[in-house]
Amino acid sequence: MADLIRLRDDEAVDHPAVTVDSFLEQPDANAVRIEPGDDARALLPHLAQIALVEINFPVFGDGRGYSAARILREAGYVGELRAVGDVLIDQLAPMRRCGFDAFEPDRPLDPVAVDAVLARFPAAYQPAADGAAPIWALRHG
Amino acid sequence: MYIYDEFDQAMVDARVAEFRDQVDRRLAGKLSEDQFKPLRLMNGLYLQLHAYMLRVAVPYGTLNSAQMRLLGDIADKYDRGYGHFTTRQNIQYNWIRLEDAPDILADLARVGMHAIQTSGNCIRNTTSDHFAGAAADEVVDPRPYAELIRQWSSFHPEFSYLPRKFKMAVIASQRDRAAMRLHDIGIRLVRNSAGELGGEFYVGGGMGRTPMIAPLIRDFVPIDQFITYAEACLRVYNRHGRRDNKYKARIKILVHELGAEEYARQVEEEFAHLLTLGIEPPARELERIAAQFAPPPFASGLPDTIDRSDPAFALWAARNLQPHKAPGYTALTISLKPTGGIPGDASADQIRLMADLAERYSFDELRVTHAQNIVLPHVRKADLPALWRELVDAGLGSPNLDLAGDIIACPGLDYCSLANARSIPVAQQIGERLAGKEQDIGELKLKISGCINACGHHHAGHIGILGVDKKGVENYQLLLGGSEAEDVSLGKITGPGFDEAGVVDAVEKVTDLYLARREDGERFLDTYRRIGVEPFKEVLYG
Ligand code: SF4
Repeated sequence: MADLIRLRDDEAVDHPAVTVDSFLEQPDANAVRIEPGDDARALLPHLAQIALVEINFPVFGDGRGYSAARILREAGYVGELRAVGDVLIDQLAPMRRCGFDAFEPDRPLDPVAVDAVLARFPAAYQPAADGAAPIWALRHG
Repeated sequence: MYIYDEFDQAMVDARVAEFRDQVDRRLAGKLSEDQFKPLRLMNGLYLQLHAYMLRVAVPYGTLNSAQMRLLGDIADKYDRGYGHFTTRQNIQYNWIRLEDAPDILADLARVGMHAIQTSGNCIRNTTSDHFAGAAADEVVDPRPYAELIRQWSSFHPEFSYLPRKFKMAVIASQRDRAAMRLHDIGIRLVRNSAGELGGEFYVGGGMGRTPMIAPLIRDFVPIDQFITYAEACLRVYNRHGRRDNKYKARIKILVHELGAEEYARQVEEEFAHLLTLGIEPPARELERIAAQFAPPPFASGLPDTIDRSDPAFALWAARNLQPHKAPGYTALTISLKPTGGIPGDASADQIRLMADLAERYSFDELRVTHAQNIVLPHVRKADLPALWRELVDAGLGSPNLDLAGDIIACPGLDYCSLANARSIPVAQQIGERLAGKEQDIGELKLKISGCINACGHHHAGHIGILGVDKKGVENYQLLLGGSEAEDVSLGKITGPGFDEAGVVDAVEKVTDLYLARREDGERFLDTYRRIGVEPFKEVLYG
């Protein structure tokens, strides 16, 4: 787990995540892994017991995981949301905005560069899942 | 016209800094071309046949003089003295060096411009009616709503890696001057019977290899929910649009495969959910934006007549003017289609001159049209003769708006790495061939694409030309009967293709047939629709 970047303070789940299908069959698991074609909404009835959701990006250009992440956060999921796979440095900021709070990239990232990209944009135009007030809210107080 | 506040400026400045860093990493070899590609594309930078091409966003086609002047200066400083206005109301430069790109973006940021999301699989620059704010027939100026979309869609974190690119257009009149229904989302602002403003949403139109006219998905989205509704449309697409095949990845395929009704049902479900999240910008934000698009201080009591005693001027004035909502004013179109020229190209000097003219004659405003021309939207009729003389002196006086010479053509094989055939030389030859007859022919929308990607909108041309590769030789298919306007339709291929000289002859033959067969007041398209394709096939292949 050397290359795991976590933006939260709790203990990381230390056992492997199961697929959405196996999770739905054995709902005592607390770590699930979502693939791009999975329906994140299938997890909604079980969110309270889940501590870790991994969302896999087999290729960085497949953006379905961004919607999956937001859908979970919109439904009140507060556990860890980890982007895994082809996660590149320039995707971290939008991922963060969609509610990801952990990253486990296939290729290690330079921690200094990670801090820089996460701090790059001063604000955001639209509300998402990171709780940031959108620019229209800042404008109108 | 929208002017950046400190928030907008900070966002664009941050983007410039980010891109400078990305270019530095690329030049230092820390990013592979594969990794760099999506990043440069999100900043409008393409690798073309000979050099990088930079596409600069002109949101909903609106510019002020300072911005236009800078576009001319960029052409001089970083390109070969030209800019190319595009069918998406943007401008591209074809000879850019990678190392210069961050400096160009920094120059642009200083006048409130950027190249954000002018390419890549994200929400592109939103287009609109180029006569917005001037047109006599609009319900409301559509640009504040387009600006609201610009802000909402800029750096949208969920929609940065869509299955494919995504294009939106907003109009506000029954006349469609923006090819609204050939967009991924086309919105027409309307008033309902209670007088409230809202939007008709058309989703799933587009050109490319599978052209489709967008079906109506919802006939009235209240104006205070329309960003939320758009977000629902996009989320359904991002989750369910096809990603297995690049050529089936546009939203039109999803809407087509699901059926418009089922797609609309899924959007409604998502919409109901999103409405609970409070993501819609408040009315006072829309009011803040709308205030910046307040009409300029038009003078009253101006003469509403035009002195047409000079026949050359009268010819131009008969073609290139548009009725204006303010008496005594007109919206004029500067044709960037001189006979034999490159459609949409303007020299640095011409760009700067147009900026000056806008400053002196049009309340500091210009528009780029999707037909690759420039509009001065608010000109006093009394100023027209003097203004026209300046245009003529600069080679900008072509009296051919919407005529045969006003051809839309993509860059084609002269620049584009995807092309099968050249577009520009064909446009030039057709323009020259028909120059003597174009006034007689009247309105004729001629559109040329150098490959099936259809950047030249050939499906939507009254006459469309598609360049294909036939065993290593450039070949051109002819399409007839398309329209991008409110009478939208897709053109049909007439039959076997032609070589370069042959397609120029073919266009002349079909226009000659039209001249012989037209009835009173009929445009080429009307005659085609009345008599059908057979007589045209007869003259082409008979
Ligand atoms: S239509 Fe084809 S040739 Fe023309 S610009 Fe588009 S991709 Fe290039």
